[in-house]
Amino acid sequence: MLKLPIYLDNNATTPMDPRVLEAMIPYFTEHFGNAASRNHPFGWEAEEAVDYAREQVAKLIGADPKEIIFTSGATEGDNLGIKGVFEMYASKGNHIITCTTEHKAVLDTCKHIERQGGEVTYLEVKADGLIDLKELEAAIRPTTILIAIMYANNEIGVIQPVKEISAIAKKNGILFFSDAVQAVGKIPVDVNKDGIDIMSFTAHKMYGPKGIGALYVRRKNPRVKVTAQMDGGGHERGMRSGTLNVPGIVGFGKACELAHLEMADDAARLSKLRDKLETALLKLEEAYVNGNREHRLPHVANISFKYVEGEGLLMGFNKNIALSSGSACTSASLEPSYVLKALGLGDDLAHSSLRFGLGRFTTEEQIDYTIKAVSDTVLKLRDMSPLWEMFKEGVDMDKIEWAHH
Amino acid sequence: MAYSEKVIDHYSNPKNVGTLDKSKKNVGTGLVGAPECGDVMRLQIEVDDATGVITDAKFKTFGCGSAIASSSLATEWLKGKTVDQAVQIDNMDLVEELNLPPVKIHCSVLAEDAIKSAINDYRKKNGLEELVFEERIH
Repeated sequence: MLKLPIYLDNNATTPMDPRVLEAMIPYFTEHFGNAASRNHPFGWEAEEAVDYAREQVAKLIGADPKEIIFTSGATEGDNLGIKGVFEMYASKGNHIITCTTEHKAVLDTCKHIERQGGEVTYLEVKADGLIDLKELEAAIRPTTILIAIMYANNEIGVIQPVKEISAIAKKNGILFFSDAVQAVGKIPVDVNKDGIDIMSFTAHKMYGPKGIGALYVRRKNPRVKVTAQMDGGGHERGMRSGTLNVPGIVGFGKACELAHLEMADDAARLSKLRDKLETALLKLEEAYVNGNREHRLPHVANISFKYVEGEGLLMGFNKNIALSSGSACTSASLEPSYVLKALGLGDDLAHSSLRFGLGRFTTEEQIDYTIKAVSDTVLKLRDMSPLWEMFKEGVDMDKIEWAHH
Repeated sequence: MAYSEKVIDHYSNPKNVGTLDKSKKNVGTGLVGAPECGDVMRLQIEVDDATGVITDAKFKTFGCGSAIASSSLATEWLKGKTVDQAVQIDNMDLVEELNLPPVKIHCSVLAEDAIKSAINDYRKKNGLEELVFEERIH
């Protein structure tokens, strides 16, 4: 039996894998020690668990355990990685290059840096959501200290040319930071092969618990340091003070271990389901995929259904299917998705988009249900859309003088 | 954000979706909103010339559930009213009836604008002076 509601918003967060929870439970009650308590067994147990988890996390991304700094999540990792480099390398320069489709945790951190006297270049993306490497090279100045480009985008799933970016960074002696929240645990990420110097990621996007993440900070070739953003006990090699969240770290470690073992199978299965969903929905007229379809996460599809509005569309099935839309009405800002607008989509297409985020627990039955529910609702809403009627009558809607409000 | 039952009901079973013949002299059409803003409403009234009573009203709306519900309810209210009575429909009446939250009040404003725009279209077609309404900030 199909159980409702169906969860297809795995880019927002993922359910925790029961195996992760199982691993965590003893660390709430029995093994509750502070990993920094060096002089009794409770502390030793906790420290041992943290060390083990640190290895599990490091292994997933091809890093050394000493290069893992535990954080509260990717927002903290983005702040620490970018502000930490800006402060640590102030004598080298004050210029950072990023792009317009980054997560707000990166963009707003960069805005903060600009207010502190830093200079930031925001690269535009191409219509497919990828940055232009020539533009990246052209943006480099003698004062550039950091390139901050995400691994994969949270709204459209496109994967940036990370290896090429890191080669450019290396050639110019610039550090490369990547927000890899959407990629780690979903596709192979290797900090050495990819040439990443600093990288933030988080547990709750990969079937782990919320409130725990990590910042990878390279120790060799080059040795990177970031200035701590919180003062305190000097935990995590002095880069991130605060009592370690031991149960969270244990869960994060387990989630990384599971991802390491199961990622390839998950990805193969999910890309088939995603393609099935996408192929079926693209049979509707005037439906378009947003973002590059080749360089894309296997479990994400972002589709605009022209002439229907995203929130209205969601309402047709959101009791039964959990999805996101780029429509303004679903955001706190009442602005349509800045990511979709950065691709050059008109506001109308941005308003008409849905993001499908499949996950480890998505089934084919759920996808079949979703195909039908979304298709039916699109057709129903087009029947009551004045824009659809005009489109069908061949009216040029660009020539209408709309009353903007 | 949870929708009120009345919004859900109008969304699920919208009343008076459709198109009236806009070439007819006794049909007034109002098209308001903009695709870039995420909502466009088209509201039409058909008026009995002898009595001034609105005999039919239809809408089509591109927008969220609250926009659809506002226009659906507006068409229900328009039918049977005289044009003069219809001018009096206030967006806050729609807000109250549909329990719209503050962020959705603009949907009701749009519906009120659509009504007024349809009425003015009707008046213009029939050689009557267009009514001037206060400019509203959406």
